[in-house]
Amino acid sequence: MAWMAWTWPTAAFFLVIAALLLTFTVLAIRYPETPRTGVLQIETTRGDRLFITLLGSAFLNLAWLGLDLGPQPYALLVCLAYAAAVFRWV
Amino acid sequence: MNKTVNQKAWFLVLPVLLLVAFSAVIPLMTVVNYSVQDTFGNNQFFWAGLDWFRDMLASERMWDALVRQLIFSAIILAIEIPLGIFVALHMPKKGFWSSFCLVTMSLPLLIPWNVVGTIWQIFGRVDIGLLGYTLDALGIDYNYTQNTIDAWVTVIVMDVWHWTSLVALLAYAGLRSIPDAYYQAAKIDQASRWAVFRYIELPKMAGVLMIAILLRFMDSFMIYTEPFVVTGGGPGNATTFLSIDLVKMALGQFDLGPAAAFSLMYFLVIMLISWVFYTVMTNLDKRDGVQ
Repeated sequence: MAWMAWTWPTAAFFLVIAALLLTFTVLAIRYPETPRTGVLQIETTRGDRLFITLLGSAFLNLAWLGLDLGPQPYALLVCLAYAAAVFRWV
Repeated sequence: MNKTVNQKAWFLVLPVLLLVAFSAVIPLMTVVNYSVQDTFGNNQFFWAGLDWFRDMLASERMWDALVRQLIFSAIILAIEIPLGIFVALHMPKKGFWSSFCLVTMSLPLLIPWNVVGTIWQIFGRVDIGLLGYTLDALGIDYNYTQNTIDAWVTVIVMDVWHWTSLVALLAYAGLRSIPDAYYQAAKIDQASRWAVFRYIELPKMAGVLMIAILLRFMDSFMIYTEPFVVTGGGPGNATTFLSIDLVKMALGQFDLGPAAAFSLMYFLVIMLISWVFYTVMTNLDKRDGVQ
């Protein structure tokens, strides 16, 4: 695995994503759901909302970094608020 | 309705999943690892944190390449989609000439990218190329190696030549699936040619056109080989698109860290746009399904 140049932060990053995927897979199997239509006027399932959250969070982090808005961990707080909004309204 | 859901069928996807893991997921994870480190070769890495992302976000070079890339994709979509529809509308509907057109038009699609680049590189040369020589003989000052506009025109015309047939073939397939009854009804109503196109042909082609736009967008957004062979990204940096710049940075300069950060941002943009297209496409399908 040395050729992949692993570091602890990147490993943690992928572990969190893997854990999220696993959790949502288990949720989808244990508690099946019907898609719902939110503010974007598109049908979404929990998995879709997770995807929108993760993709949006990546852009939020880049914007935070690019616009130099402060220490990076604070961007994660914004992402959490964004995630809550996505799961509530999208 | 008690429909049995058989989730075991998902196991059939496992071989593909393994293949994708090796060809895409693991390399992508490696790129993420590179993006937060610096290396001078010899497989030795030093922690750099988010510095490369910060550098790249402030890099004029990356933004310029992104703007060029977006302009390029917008231009080729604006030309290829209407042109492809126009060609499809005027293709013979059946018989020998229909097959003849289909085969002839698929030919450019079968040519490998670097060969297309080489063809146009020679075709445009003023000394031995048919296009370049003819333009020169007509008194038009054309030189794609030195003039920015000429380089752009050559690269765009080359892409249009290579890929318009794909749009035309997809649009043609969409047109063929419209039952004759629609045209008969339009005839009874004395609908104009434009009305037939606007209210029958275009809505029925919407699905395949979305696929055509998505394919052409993705492909043009990732274009590398053809402009690299023809112009090498020049004159200056005039036709240096994202992929060309990325390869220069990663392989030419061996700046693995910045290149990794760059490619992750590139990947995110592609993912966002693909998601938008995919969502629009599936919603179109659902809307058609309801009607």
